[in-house]
Amino acid sequence: MKKTSRVLLTILTIAVFISACSTGSPAAPAEPEPQANGEKTGETLKIGVVSPMSGPGATAGKYITNGVKLIEEKLKAEGGLLVGDTRYPIEFVYEDNEAKEETTTNVYQKLINQDNVIGIVGPDMSKAILAAGPIAQSAGVVAVGTFTTNEAVTQVGDYIFRACFIDPFQGRAAATYAWDTGYKTAAVIYNNADAYSKGLYENFELAFTELGGEVVEVQAYSGSDIKDYNVQLTKIKAANPEVVFIPNMFTEIPLQVRQARELGITAPFIGGDSMDAPEVAQLAGFENIAGTAYVSAFSPDNPDPVAQEFVKAFNDAYGMNPNSNAVLAYEATMMILESIKNAATIDRKGVRDAMASLKDLHLPSGTITVGPDRNPIKGAAILMYNAEGVPEFVVNVNP
Amino acid sequence: MKIPKHLSKSVLPIIGFAAIYGLIMLLKSFGIANNYHIQILMFAGVNIMMTLSLNVVNGFTGQFSIGHAGFMSLGAYGSAIITTLLLKPSVIPSSMQIPVFLLSLFIGGLVAALVGFLIGLPTLKLKGDYLAIVTLAFGEIVRAGLRLIEPIGAARGMIGVPTYANLAWIFTFVALTLFVVRNVIYSRYGRAWIAIRDNEIAAEAMGIDTTRYKIISFTFSAFIAGVAGGLYAHVVSFIQPDTFSFVKSSDLLVFLYAGGSGSLTGSIVGALLLTALPEALRFLASWRLVIYALVLIIVMLYRPKGLTGGYELPFLRIHRKELYEGAADPTVPEAEEGE
Amino acid sequence: MTTFFQLLIYGLQLGSVYALLALGYTMVYGIVGMINFAHGDFLMIGALSTVFLAMAFMSTSGTLSALQVIAIILIAMIGTGLVGVIVEAVAYKPLRDRPRMTALITAVGVSMFLQNFPRALPFIGPNPRPFPRLFPLIQYNIGGVTITSTQLIMLFLSLLLMFILYYVVNKTPLGAQMRAVSMDKDAALLMGININVIISMTFFIGAALASSSGIFYASIYPQVDVYMGGWLGTKSFIAAVLGGIGDIRGAMLGGFILGISEIFATSINSNFGYMIGFIVLILILLFKPAGLLGKFSIEKV
Repeated sequence: MKKTSRVLLTILTIAVFISACSTGSPAAPAEPEPQANGEKTGETLKIGVVSPMSGPGATAGKYITNGVKLIEEKLKAEGGLLVGDTRYPIEFVYEDNEAKEETTTNVYQKLINQDNVIGIVGPDMSKAILAAGPIAQSAGVVAVGTFTTNEAVTQVGDYIFRACFIDPFQGRAAATYAWDTGYKTAAVIYNNADAYSKGLYENFELAFTELGGEVVEVQAYSGSDIKDYNVQLTKIKAANPEVVFIPNMFTEIPLQVRQARELGITAPFIGGDSMDAPEVAQLAGFENIAGTAYVSAFSPDNPDPVAQEFVKAFNDAYGMNPNSNAVLAYEATMMILESIKNAATIDRKGVRDAMASLKDLHLPSGTITVGPDRNPIKGAAILMYNAEGVPEFVVNVNP
Repeated sequence: MKIPKHLSKSVLPIIGFAAIYGLIMLLKSFGIANNYHIQILMFAGVNIMMTLSLNVVNGFTGQFSIGHAGFMSLGAYGSAIITTLLLKPSVIPSSMQIPVFLLSLFIGGLVAALVGFLIGLPTLKLKGDYLAIVTLAFGEIVRAGLRLIEPIGAARGMIGVPTYANLAWIFTFVALTLFVVRNVIYSRYGRAWIAIRDNEIAAEAMGIDTTRYKIISFTFSAFIAGVAGGLYAHVVSFIQPDTFSFVKSSDLLVFLYAGGSGSLTGSIVGALLLTALPEALRFLASWRLVIYALVLIIVMLYRPKGLTGGYELPFLRIHRKELYEGAADPTVPEAEEGE
Repeated sequence: MTTFFQLLIYGLQLGSVYALLALGYTMVYGIVGMINFAHGDFLMIGALSTVFLAMAFMSTSGTLSALQVIAIILIAMIGTGLVGVIVEAVAYKPLRDRPRMTALITAVGVSMFLQNFPRALPFIGPNPRPFPRLFPLIQYNIGGVTITSTQLIMLFLSLLLMFILYYVVNKTPLGAQMRAVSMDKDAALLMGININVIISMTFFIGAALASSSGIFYASIYPQVDVYMGGWLGTKSFIAAVLGGIGDIRGAMLGGFILGISEIFATSINSNFGYMIGFIVLILILLFKPAGLLGKFSIEKV
């Protein structure tokens, strides 16, 4: 290899590394200046937002970023978050975790070290925050999972919070609903490669059997890329359950529902919070999914004024109803902002301590208080898909 | 002062490595470099080791292994089991952490090497594409098998692997690997491997037990891959079987061939550049991987021998011109073309 | 017993998809000696273009007539075939005389490009889309076993395509030329065969078949996204090797064996289904190192 090529190659390698280094924005502390209305301007605070903007979970990512953007636009109009007499401009850094655990750890590192965020919203998947949580914990940065319902999530450390309910509550809610509706036998098909799916199934089974029901058949598949559930569904069909519980991701549910109906399974389905995405009805086929109930963090029909205000704002901005993903992302962000307001000192630890003692924050899905285990004490709603593929409110479930 | 030649081969490079490490630490203390960059460097280091390991089998022995991620996963899980499940940080005194870490890496490498040996025995008799398929199948069977084992987390993965690995350890191991691999290539093993690569039938005819040397190459390579896998687990603190799929194996192949197979420098360059490139291209958002793919295609079209084209840094060089792929060997007569 | 037959039906259904895809792999390998890792992505292009074609056709009527369905399938197949030809001309042809690994790495790059370029385009994006219903769905129940008309039509069409391919390769002049090139490229050149045209034709046919495989696959599992081809491509490669790479009948046989064993293995344990393809492969290679129908070429010195 000629000498010039060698030199060029070395320069190229160094250049690539340097540019890899400069993908973050350096934090620019600003001097507080007195404004005309007596307010001071504080330094720009950054909040990281991690969501699956690409890959199979990308619809969720869109709802999440939209939910957060509602807040971002409002803050921009006001000039920042008012804490006492100082306005702090808030900058949101959106990162794509591709719905993968590894990418989440990468992105967390970048947000914590490169962008110097004061807190992180997201991700939405339990398995992703379980993998990346330890990084936030050891760096001392608050991470609020939006839709991360698996129990083990907040056990990672005292910097890890969540905006949603937890799976024991959810499994119980689903089981209670099934039992109260009169179903005595149930079957389950779940993804044993996903901590969320497995955890939710186990909680459902526990609660359902406690109530007196019987889980007649349990089938598993391993991996979200699997498309063929016919084998598992054939066995479920043979067991003839009255209801089928499908605690799986919204990318897997449509095919399961379709194939089940094509196989001749007529029993209704019950799902978990991950069913709350409009694509589910489209991909599954309206006639197949009609009558499917699921546990949801939020119902757009909730008459509470804060909820209705949120639904209206979301509709005005994006022309569609918000779903649980959007609501929870919104609430997680509000939790961080409220913690910044209440913090003794505006730094990472201050935010954490303030969040741990968050009380009676009135949010669209209800008034929440953060419990001692960093799980919010909140209720859920049961929604059901009607014949037009639109979820309708059925009943509220309280903790 | 003139430095004696034999010293310049070992002492200077070590000083060079230490200097680069020192520079990085300096940058970190100034806040120019941060944990994010360090993490990229650590991944790059692990990838360099993996690429070197693949180079031994594909580049120097001329075989066609495309399932190398399987060895990485065996090493990762092997060492993680030791440090996370058996000798957890909570049960051992903190003074023992480093010895346990090193022990776990060694065991990880050993597990990978053992499996490599067992796989190599029956399959290295296969040639070319068939060997490739079997190595691919091996990689996937390891992955599917790991997904079944509940105590290590099955398909959900293992969380909480203690982050014992830091940049210093990665640097040390990369340097060590380069040193060992270069010297092994220089030895009679390496000469046998290269003979097998250039013309297996002629080598067999010259009395070299090709199967034996192929198995040694495979096992040695697997050991390195296992240690690299163990380091990886302790950097990233979360491992799952799907990380080590054919996608990872093909990433390694890309590092190797885009960098230049048969060249140790090529492995370093390929792994470094192509680990950093996707990160550097993050600003392109969804076009990131499109550009990466185009870069790859262009590199292969215009520099088919890889970026370095067979060049070796002076301290890695072996003074035999014919050892580099594609160069004519003046001592062996030209083989006749069969019709 | 009914379960056995039900599983068998699913196995044949999946097997026909693998078989069609494996055919393209094996043809390209047989003629150019190259493993085209981007082959699975031709499947995806076929499926995705069908989604858009159906949308275009349906914008006027709302449903699809049989004639429109045939038109859509043909357009998708021809379109994907052309993509295959372009890929070959741009990325593989310059590397024909280079060491094989170079072409392989380029194929990895091509695959990455084919997956991510559509993803970056705003009107496609990474989200999965529903696949339109091309074939009427009528369920037949025979002795407890459910068969759908979709499955029957698909099976029929796949076998038809395989038969047509077999006929073309073995009974037409074009096929004779293709076989000649695969046996000995230089001799074929000396005999006046235009190698470039033959190779392009091979890629065209292979990609078109992959596209049909994609349409059938998406008809069974009506969810398409840009990444659907990768893993399927690897599996069909296994199927091709299993049957004997370079041999058309081997690819068909291998595809069906893989499909059926995968379904049956999944019914025992879902993880097992994942592994079974590779285990079957290794077992077969142990006893027949060249694959079921393959032949080793003698290596001359």
